[in-house]
Amino acid sequence: MINSNAKTMLEIRGLTATVAGVTILKGIDLTVRAGEVHAIMGPNGSGKSTLAKVLAGHPAYEVTGGSVLFEGKDLFALTAEARARAGLFLGFQYPVEIPGVSNSSFLRLAYNTVQGARGKDELDPLEFDDYVREKMKQLEMSAEFLDRSVNDGFSGGEKKRNEILQMAILEPHLAILDETDSGLDIDALRIVAGGVNKLLTADNACVLVTHYQRLLNYITPDYVHVMEGGRIIKTGDKALALELEARGYDWLLDAKAAA
Amino acid sequence: MSTAAIEQLVNQPYKHGFVTDIESDTAAKGLSEDTIRFISAKKKEPEWLLEFRLKAYRHWLTMAVPAWSTVHYPQIDFQNISYYSAPKAKKLKSMDEVDPELLRTFEKLGVPMNERAALAGVAVDVIFDSVSVATTYKQKLADVGIIFGSISEAVRDHPDLVRKYMGSVVPAGDNFYAALNSAVFTDGSFCYIPKGVKCPMELSTYFRINTQDSGQFERTLIIAEDGASVSYLEGCTAPKFDTNQLHAAVVELVALDNADIKYSTVQNWYAGDEKGVGGIYNFVTKRGLCKGVNSRISWTQVETGSAITWKYPSCVLRGDNSVGEFYSVALTNHYQQADTGTKMIHLGKNTRSTIISKGISAGHSNNSYRGLVRIAPTAAGARNYSQCDSMLIGAKCSANTFPYIDVRNPSGKVEHEATTSKIGEDQLFYFQQRGIGAEEAVSMIINGFCKEVFQQLPMEFAVEATKLLGLKLEGSVG
Repeated sequence: MINSNAKTMLEIRGLTATVAGVTILKGIDLTVRAGEVHAIMGPNGSGKSTLAKVLAGHPAYEVTGGSVLFEGKDLFALTAEARARAGLFLGFQYPVEIPGVSNSSFLRLAYNTVQGARGKDELDPLEFDDYVREKMKQLEMSAEFLDRSVNDGFSGGEKKRNEILQMAILEPHLAILDETDSGLDIDALRIVAGGVNKLLTADNACVLVTHYQRLLNYITPDYVHVMEGGRIIKTGDKALALELEARGYDWLLDAKAAA
Repeated sequence: MSTAAIEQLVNQPYKHGFVTDIESDTAAKGLSEDTIRFISAKKKEPEWLLEFRLKAYRHWLTMAVPAWSTVHYPQIDFQNISYYSAPKAKKLKSMDEVDPELLRTFEKLGVPMNERAALAGVAVDVIFDSVSVATTYKQKLADVGIIFGSISEAVRDHPDLVRKYMGSVVPAGDNFYAALNSAVFTDGSFCYIPKGVKCPMELSTYFRINTQDSGQFERTLIIAEDGASVSYLEGCTAPKFDTNQLHAAVVELVALDNADIKYSTVQNWYAGDEKGVGGIYNFVTKRGLCKGVNSRISWTQVETGSAITWKYPSCVLRGDNSVGEFYSVALTNHYQQADTGTKMIHLGKNTRSTIISKGISAGHSNNSYRGLVRIAPTAAGARNYSQCDSMLIGAKCSANTFPYIDVRNPSGKVEHEATTSKIGEDQLFYFQQRGIGAEEAVSMIINGFCKEVFQQLPMEFAVEATKLLGLKLEGSVG
């Protein structure tokens, strides 16, 4: 929902970044306000996932230029964990497995760390158990996930659901979901999208990185951006996503080449 | 976090680096039959023990330093070591008489002696350098017939027991360092659990190497008679020195029919600095003999210190249906080297053994698991399960697994599993993206990795071990 008076959550200006010496982001400009859903689409290798990781502070990526303000603060002045505590959430495209660490203790530590940073009370294991089980019910997740190791032996769909569970628990101000829809069957997609929708309010915002229009049937974007070659080459609304679905990216790339 | 930052995770200075100022009664450097006679005389030993020492020494002279392991170190000059050192004040009646300086040392190390020991239910036979300084709880143990004290006292008060069992599990000429120990050992712990007695408390010894350049040659002997059981804890820490200190201990366990011995170690000796200078050389021979039927010996170790660890707590399963267990966590950092593992020698019928080994390498360290499972022709129905997992932190460390399996009975069953994993940038980033700092993340991952071993430790040791690993990895992620 677009409200031009809403608070600016994220303001990216001229962002450039490299990984292993190769420039991937070549000047990104993007403004996200509270209450908005942005979809970032584009062909493989266009820099979508890089943008998500750079914002979250992945150590392999180096910011070489530009600026990012997150709720008015210089994002790059914060460590990765400080960004998370400040309310920036990244739903991973490939969530890592952490054998030996139980999902419940991981979730609780994450929750209590973020709560602590917000000056709120931490929950003891029993209180947290009640809290997390309620959230899991909403995502139609079985409670046995709590006793298993983090993502260890989870199917692709289970991992993605676990990501959304973490988002539900941490209640971020800005969620960046990196291809959360990939690897999901249609039922899982519905559940995950439903979970995301429930979390969206007028005070937070969401950036969806996706290849496919189908996710946008469930989560309606206010803006659709197309990335190519490390830049946003076109911005539109949901209609743009439908057009991309029908026509592919080539017409856009051709138009850009012609311009 | 970059790889460099991960490697930084272990650059925590050794917290127990201080030297206690107590006058030592130290033998001149060098090793000869005269040195051995000096030690034996100093300890007023019986003739048979002097003979035991001299025989071991003469055998040692014919032996060569073992060269088969992965550890590397400069040649040790055995003539440049002092083989006897004892605090001057000894034979104290109560804690009040203990040198306050020594008490402060224990305080700094967090040794639960005096009241705290009583509250914790731990009887501490404190080894300070080579001589027992104070033994608590001895009376309570004596009431149920348990003998727990220094091996010197045992030689004096229970010579027949010592003579019967010393060298029965680790023969004097077993290996180079065991032979050296047999020749020059100065003190250690002795524990005897009589028939049918379940030791009412966990027995604990804190070792501490104190005098610079004094070799440490501890000798421990634990005997559990028919139906007896005991849980024994060994914890270690040492002050910081630049020169390497040799430590060559021998531990012998004997379990008779239906007896049960659980031996747990948390080892945190000085490992040298971040450049690999200094640190303890720990060449230990630990072996348990399941002599009786249905007996059980369980080794649990958490090895975090020493410049070099060369140690294979083993079980000889002679009694039918006897059980041997080995649970190990070995953490190496900087330039530490560990070559550790176990031997399970199945001789009796239906003997069973379990090996769970967790190696964690960081910095430039090298961490090897070396294990032998032997099923003798007599060991019908014997079974072994081995699991060896390695975890690497950073890109400059290494881990090896050397499992030797020798099955000579067709009904024997041996299973071996091994994994290698790495704490990578992506794992840490995942934690950080959820607000959890890298240090806490590493500690969580490591504790998860070691869970199966920590579960075997007595409660207070498990807490200590968890803290210790956290401490060892503090500052290595930044």
